[in-house]
Order: sequence, then structure tokens, then C-alpha cells
Amino acid sequence: MTQPAAKSDYQGRIHNLQKDMIGRYYSRLTAAAENKSEKAIYMLVSGNPVELIEAFDMIPVYPEVNALQLAVKKQSLPLILAAEEMGYSTDNCAYVKADVGMYFAGRKTPFATIPEPDLILCNYVGCNVYLQWFEHLREYSNAPIYNLDVPFFRSNSGEPFADDVQYVVKQLEEVIEVLERMSGKKLDYKKLQRIVALSGETGALWSEIKKLAQNRPSPFDAYFDSVMMMAPLYCLRGTEDGLWFFQEAYKEMKKRADSQEGPLPEEKFRVVMEGPPPWPYLRQFRDMFSRWGAVAVASTYSTVGGIWEFGFRHDPNRPLESIARHMLQWNLTNTNFLERYRQIKEYVSAWKADALVIHSVKSCRLFSAGQGDMREYFTKELNIPTLLIESDIEDPRYFSEAQLRNRVDAFFESLEHQRMMVHK
Amino acid sequence: MIYGGGVDVGSTQTKAVILAEGRQIVGRALINTGANVSMAAERAFRQAVADAKIEPESVAYVVGTGYGRYKVNFGNAQITEISCHARGANLLFPKTRTVIDMGGQDAKGIRIGEQGDVKDFVMNDKCAAGTGRFLSNAAETVGLSLDKIGPVSLEAKKAVRLSTVCAVFVESDIMSYLAEGKTVPDILGGVHSAIAARTVALVRRVGIEPEISFTGGVSRNIGMVKALEEKLGHPVNVCDDSHFIGAIGAAVFALERAMGGEVSATSTKTGSVGASAPPQPSART
Repeated sequence: MTQPAAKSDYQGRIHNLQKDMIGRYYSRLTAAAENKSEKAIYMLVSGNPVELIEAFDMIPVYPEVNALQLAVKKQSLPLILAAEEMGYSTDNCAYVKADVGMYFAGRKTPFATIPEPDLILCNYVGCNVYLQWFEHLREYSNAPIYNLDVPFFRSNSGEPFADDVQYVVKQLEEVIEVLERMSGKKLDYKKLQRIVALSGETGALWSEIKKLAQNRPSPFDAYFDSVMMMAPLYCLRGTEDGLWFFQEAYKEMKKRADSQEGPLPEEKFRVVMEGPPPWPYLRQFRDMFSRWGAVAVASTYSTVGGIWEFGFRHDPNRPLESIARHMLQWNLTNTNFLERYRQIKEYVSAWKADALVIHSVKSCRLFSAGQGDMREYFTKELNIPTLLIESDIEDPRYFSEAQLRNRVDAFFESLEHQRMMVHK
Repeated sequence: MIYGGGVDVGSTQTKAVILAEGRQIVGRALINTGANVSMAAERAFRQAVADAKIEPESVAYVVGTGYGRYKVNFGNAQITEISCHARGANLLFPKTRTVIDMGGQDAKGIRIGEQGDVKDFVMNDKCAAGTGRFLSNAAETVGLSLDKIGPVSLEAKKAVRLSTVCAVFVESDIMSYLAEGKTVPDILGGVHSAIAARTVALVRRVGIEPEISFTGGVSRNIGMVKALEEKLGHPVNVCDDSHFIGAIGAAVFALERAMGGEVSATSTKTGSVGASAPPQPSART
């Protein structure tokens, strides 16, 4: 067992571009908060219908993205404690608590002042806690709320039921009416088609970028570098800027793939990552894997907002129907665990991974319940080495570095040992 | 003669072992870890070297393991105790396929291959239930020393059914049983049974395959050995050196490296270990 040392210092042009573009997005949020320059629509990441918001020149606000930014900037704990003082349980989703704490602290963050909502659009109802989160925000802000009731994806045919698609399309039409009343103007259907076409192209590029990770070495870490590309996907999808970001990202990754450049000096292990990262300790967490030469070649978390790598595209000829399909079927959290198994299996085989790593979230039972069975299924049924570790997406109190490192080290020691025995 | 050293810096105790070329254990040491982890590692190593009656310089390679492994400053390499327990169990009981390790803070289940290689492992999650800490809290509450609770638990006539396996809440649980007039053996019988049940459920996640070796500090507790065997329906391997198994595994890795990977795991025989007496009497005997 060699003593690992490597760290990822991959900071490409794309990382800086992301900082600039998301910085500009946050400046827009601050302007909207300070001078009501734009109408702010609160939404959830899972299968977000951001195209409708863009069509009315309004700005999307994702409380989840704000919460994770707070965690990355080590600001989450006092806000979580403030929410707990209000009565939110210690077991409650820490995204919710950090966001509620931030709301009552004047919505000021180190990266932006978050505007009050003009509309709270709850576009994901698969999580009961999220539904109540948005209802609480309605209570606190007095802003109007619209709950988009998106049925869980439950057909076995690989296609959502036609009635479900119609049901969601009808609701999207109602949302359009709400947005028309708010903006005082009719929907420009051609504009919506153009936006949906941009989303389609963006999704296609994102899919191609992800497929570049099938190369050996993978040109980027499809977990730690992918999460950097997720904010532009949600906040800027459907805009020329957003498309440009992904064109640039594709160029950079393609060039790296062609010149066999990876995020680490040496790619020793290719892993698939399941579950969101521990945002408060992102760097430490990444280093635990980097030092073993472990690179994520695919991740389920990067599909929370949408799954494009299996062929789904927004279609300008059927804009509302394709938005409905995105919400129903083509995002991680609206599908069941067996679908998630299938997705991971495909990653392991097509992206040629050596192992699966599951990062379970202490304060999110919805996402994490079943991961014990998942570990069992992949280890015992498919013979894929699987590591299950746990901390939290937002609450730094659940991150036990020594415990996590011990498990990660032991896991890669055993993989390395098995590899040595095969080569003997 | 080539020697390999293993130092296992645990949360509660630090163990050090010296292995000679033929994989015989020639020196051992066991001390409390305390606050100065580096010093504990060094002291344990020096004691083990003295026990082996050799000079520290004659130990060609040292592997550190346990939570404090990165504080074994004089060590040549660090390896997790999961790999080391697997390798150590393979040396002491070569037919081991499952290791149950109960230490001060951890409970683990490790499934291992013929070479002592780790196939799969599970650990308790951020909870002291099933660990030495739980037992020491229980011991303190009934007013017995840690080495007494195992034998006393075997005197239970009608073990109580413990409602909690929480290391903190167990104290109030025990207090209420004492208030109800339950005997100490019956309470301790319940404590051991509850922890064994929880640990076996944990280890089942990796799949339990005989032979099963029980390692870590808690393996010195005869009450826990019996409780585990009852829950498993199967005997467990345990010997005076089971407590040292992490350090032994680390020393095996060290010796292999010192000898350039020439030591074959399959050449080991159980009879070759235990050449000198351990410094601490085992609770089993």
C-alpha cells in the first residue's frame, strides 16, 4: 500500500468563468433585493422549469443553492442554530434551517443579498420537507405560492404515463397565467421556444462533457468538478450566457481529454459517487479521495437538476411537454431507487468504474434511506466494491474527519491490495 | 535477523508488537494513549522493543495503525486498522473469514480472504453503542471495574432486556433497573446481550462466514465472547493476543516490506505465535 500524497490543483479557465458568471448572477440577485429590478421566483433544483421564468425575464432563486454556498463559505452553523432556536428540529433538513436562519438574518450573505420572493414556485413535491419549507417561506414572506404537483415517476415502460405528462402540462399553463398576471404581459411563445432550444443545446453539451469522463484518464472529476458546473446549469440554463459557458467547458474538457490530462497527477481508481458532497468540508472531502488517486468518472448528484446523458433534450417544438418530461422523468429525485440502481449500473459499466462510493446525508432521510440496501445490492449482487460513508450536506457538526478518512483509507487499501493480488 | 514493528494507536490504548523473521511475536507493549499521542506511540514501541530484548535500530520497518497512525512519527508507513486487523487475524487464525472488532470507540465487521485481504467492511456510525465505551459506562454505573463485568455477567439468572443501546442513556436505564431491585449480574447479562445483538446485526451486513475471530480490547471480556457466540450460534476465535491484533497486523505488513514482500501469508501456522508471554494477563483466563 503506497503512501498517497496527491491533491487536485486543477483550476481551469472554466473554474474562473464559473466564478465570474455566478458572481454576475448574484449581483443581479442583490440588485433585485435592493431595487426590485427584477421579479424573483423561488424554485427547487430538482427538475426545475427555469425556462418559464426566463421567458418572462424574471430571475430564478434557488434556496438550496444559496444554502450550499453558505455551507461552502463556512457560514451555515450560526444560521442552523438560529433556526433550531426557533424550534426547527435537529433532525430537520439542514438546507431548510440554514435558509430560514438566513431569511431572518436579513437575507444577507457574503455572496449576495437574496431578494424577497415575488412568487414561490414549489416545483418538486417528492420531498415533504421541501414542500413545507416553501410553505414556511410563504408564511414568513407573505408572497404568493404555487405548488406544482409533479407525480412520482412510477411507470415500468421507461416512459411517463401520458396522463401524468398532460397533468403537469396543464399546471405549467396555470403557472404561465400566474406569470402573465405578475408581469402584465402575455407569454411570447416564440421566445419560450427559443429558450427551450437553448436549454436543449445546453443539455446536449453537458451530456457530451459527461461522456468525456469515459476517457482514461477522465479529463475532470465528475463529482467535484461537476458540482462547479451545476450552478450555471440551474441559474443560467435557457440563456445565451449559459450556453456559452457549456461551449467553453466542452472545449476545455475536450482538449484535456485529447491531451490525456486528468485532475490528478495519476488516475489510479475510477469511482462513481452517489449522494451530494459535504459542502462545509468540500476540500477536505475531496483530498481524502485525491490522495488515493481516486477520480469520480460519474456521479448521481450531478443529475439532481436533470439527467441529459441518456438522451433527454428539451424540444422547442413541444416546449411545455418537454419541460414536463424533464420534471417527471429526467431528474434524479423524481425517480425511484430501482431507476437509481439502473443509472449507477450504467455509469459503472459505460464509464468503466472500479468502485461505488455512497455519501449518505444525515439530515436527509428521503435521499439517504435505502442506501444501506444499495450498498448491499452493489457489493453482493453485482460484486462492485462499495463504500458507504455518512456526514451532511450543510451541518458541519456531522462531519467527523477521522472517522471518514479511516473508512476511505481502508476502502482504497483493500482495492489496492486486491489489484496487487490480481497482478501477482 | 529481520524485525518488523507494528504500533496501533487506539482511542483508548496504544499497542505495539515486534515480529521476528519467522513471524513469531517477540515483543509486546500495551499502554494508555492519553493526550500525547506521538509520545504514547513512541513509548509503546520502546517497551515492545525492550520486551523483545533487541535494540530499536534492529527493527527494519515500522507500520503505524489506529486513529493515531499519522502520529507514529518514527513509522515508515501508515495503514488503517481495518487492513491490519484483517492481516493480524490471518496470522493468528489463518482460517478466519470474518473479523469482529470491538474497540474503545469502534465496532467493525470485516470479511476477509484467504490471504488476510479485506473483502468488505462495515463500522458503527457516530454512535458508541456496541463499543468499549458503552461497556465502561455500564461498568462505572454498577460500580465494577471493566475487567470484572464480563465474568459477573455470566452469573446472570434472568438477564434484563435493555431498552437502549445508547452509551449515554444506558446509565439512567441501569439506575432504574437497580431501583427496581434487579441484580447486577442480571443487568450486566442484559448489557452484554444487547451489545452482542447490535454488533452481530452490524456484522451481518458484510455476511458472516466462519471462522470468526473476535479482536480489539473488548475481546478480553469473557462475557462478550459468550454473548457473541450465543447470538452468532457459532464459536469465535479469541486468544490472549486478540487485543493486539491491530498491532500484529501492522507488524506483518512491516515485516513483509522489510523483507521485500518475500513473506508468504500462507506459510504461517498458528503454533508459531505467542512465543513469549503477553505483558498483561487476559480477562479470559
